Amino acid sequence: MTVGTPPAPVAAAGPRAADRRTGSHVWGGRVFAGLSYGSGILILLVLAAVAVFLVVQALPALTADPTELEQISWFRAESLLGYVGPLVFGTVLAALLALAMAVPVSIGIALFISHYAPRRLAQGLGYLVDLLAAIPSVVYGLWGALWLIGVLDPVMTWLSSTLGFIPIFAGYQAPAKNVLTAAVVLAVMILPIITAVAREVFLQTPRLHEEAALALGATRWEMIRTAVLPFGRSGVISAAMLGLGRALGETMAVLMVLSPGLLFSFFLLKPGQHQTIAANIAAQFPEAAGLSVSVLIATGLALFVITFVVNFVARAIVARRKDFSGAN
Amino acid sequence: MKLNRTKSFGTALLAGAMAITLAACASNDAPAATPDTGSTSDSTSATQEPTSEEATVTLSGTLTGAGASSQEKAMGGWIAGFGDLHPDVLLSYDPIGSGGGREQFIAGATLFAGSDAALKPEEVEAATQRCFGGEPLQLPLYISPIAVIYNLPDLEVEHLQLTAETLAKIFNREITSWDDPAIAAENPGVELPATGIIPVNRSDESGTTENFTEWLAAASNGAWPHEPSGDWPLSGGQSGAQTQGMIDTVSGAVGAIGYADASRAGDLGTVAVGVGDEFVPYSAEAAAAVVDASPAAEGASDKQLTIELDRATTASGAYPVVLISYSIACSVYDNAEDAEKVKAFLSYVASEEGQQRAADPSVAGSAPISGELRTAVEAAIDSISVG
Repeated sequence: MTVGTPPAPVAAAGPRAADRRTGSHVWGGRVFAGLSYGSGILILLVLAAVAVFLVVQALPALTADPTELEQISWFRAESLLGYVGPLVFGTVLAALLALAMAVPVSIGIALFISHYAPRRLAQGLGYLVDLLAAIPSVVYGLWGALWLIGVLDPVMTWLSSTLGFIPIFAGYQAPAKNVLTAAVVLAVMILPIITAVAREVFLQTPRLHEEAALALGATRWEMIRTAVLPFGRSGVISAAMLGLGRALGETMAVLMVLSPGLLFSFFLLKPGQHQTIAANIAAQFPEAAGLSVSVLIATGLALFVITFVVNFVARAIVARRKDFSGAN
Repeated sequence: MKLNRTKSFGTALLAGAMAITLAACASNDAPAATPDTGSTSDSTSATQEPTSEEATVTLSGTLTGAGASSQEKAMGGWIAGFGDLHPDVLLSYDPIGSGGGREQFIAGATLFAGSDAALKPEEVEAATQRCFGGEPLQLPLYISPIAVIYNLPDLEVEHLQLTAETLAKIFNREITSWDDPAIAAENPGVELPATGIIPVNRSDESGTTENFTEWLAAASNGAWPHEPSGDWPLSGGQSGAQTQGMIDTVSGAVGAIGYADASRAGDLGTVAVGVGDEFVPYSAEAAAAVVDASPAAEGASDKQLTIELDRATTASGAYPVVLISYSIACSVYDNAEDAEKVKAFLSYVASEEGQQRAADPSVAGSAPISGELRTAVEAAIDSISVG
């Protein structure tokens, strides 16, 4: 493995120096252990604090009578579940669409950087991809709202007029403020993180596996198929899950790009069909007061649970494949 | 898999933090830096403040308000203007929404509130308690015309003429093409394109939506079947978040139609709405005219100048698609300092200078109140006392 081993104690130092070193080693070790434990516990505490906050703040909405909830002007559902349901659907749909677009491209970029590109180009390209991850999401939102919508308009018009007989492509209406556009923006946003992780995993493919494949007469593509991809599968899955996490929680970009609606709908090109939880909170929170705040926090709780479930599923997949991957 | 430990990948996730702040430190704006500003402030304070004694008193301390976000921009202008007059008063306004603003005011957390809706009867009662037994003041000091905007770049007329009934059908998706006979009948001689109509609404809850739907419901002879509401009643259409999102969406597609704060209409076409037998394009004077033409609301008094906006008015030259926002304060405060500060601030807001400042398109583009209304407002402000 490529872990940098700590520098070995310098044997050449005099006995006194060695003593002093031992002393500082003991102290350093204790402080470092304390810091590590502390950090580990802190993250659990933060997580617990967030969970408790969400539950406590959402409680009024969870226990409220539907007739009380109907007082909120934007609350048109029969029950809290009826309100959260379409939001969860919209959130998951947008994130999955983004993932479906981003993962193949990411794997392609990662393979290009790790196995095809000349070393110098690969390095530069790697930095470039990492740089994409550092762009704030509101900038992606602006890009999507002011530029991408106009560019996608003719594409979607064509898609709707030629493939409109397939229900999911029916009913496009300009401007392109629909869930597919939102998914494209999300895909660009999660591309860097998936690429970065996948690239690292592919680079770790044991050299011997690759050389063995090539020695058996495999072409470069066959070598990648037989040696690199199987090795990196679990890594790519966890990379995708990291990306999914970001896509699920993304707020500003979706808020700026999507014409929201609260429906269980698979019309990807129609406006006003879907909305994500995070964007909905951002849109409604400024004017919310009292019970409506609780309802919004309850939707936040739902998002919290979804991300948890996604992570658990990812862990389970990775754990199940552990034996075959050889990454351990 | 030990990926996380074995490799470090420097991927920085920047969580976009939405910090909604209204920095209200306008008193830093180099108050009275030029002799010019100094003289204006002298003259205005002399004309507005009832006694010369008060004009010489330097007000200081904090003056906090909260409420309708519709007033946010105008309030920014007023904070700056008031800072020129009284540089030692730290004035702040938190745009938390009308409901929250009324709540905080009644709870005594703020000295004044901004609200798109008048106090409800039970709130008036609670506010009277908060005001040490004095009646609350409700002053319609912010009048903002709402423009119906459309994106038809090839249209040759300046304003498309549409009645509330036709607009209701357009926004209810019954009229779906710009060359519909109903539209043609109201625009004789205008060549209308065969483009499809794309109605756009606000996706967030908003006072603009509430006032627009109120007007549709009142003036459309029943063509608008929905209840007036701050949240758009139809789903499955194009929409945008905040005013900017609305403008962007309407600008984004030819054939789109929406509604927004008139000062933000920009290059988009604006509708002249049908009032009686004529069609009135929006203007500050026309917006102020509908307020004067409207009767007082139930429960109004000489302190609570609440208005029952006559949306279906047929008064000539009145533009009925307006948003009114009230300034709510106490007629009685428990100490002289608070009373004087509120009095000075509201006097400034109601003054011609204050109203003109908000009317500046770069500030809020609101419609200044009429002289008639100003007389009533000033009388109410003068009644603020210490109890």
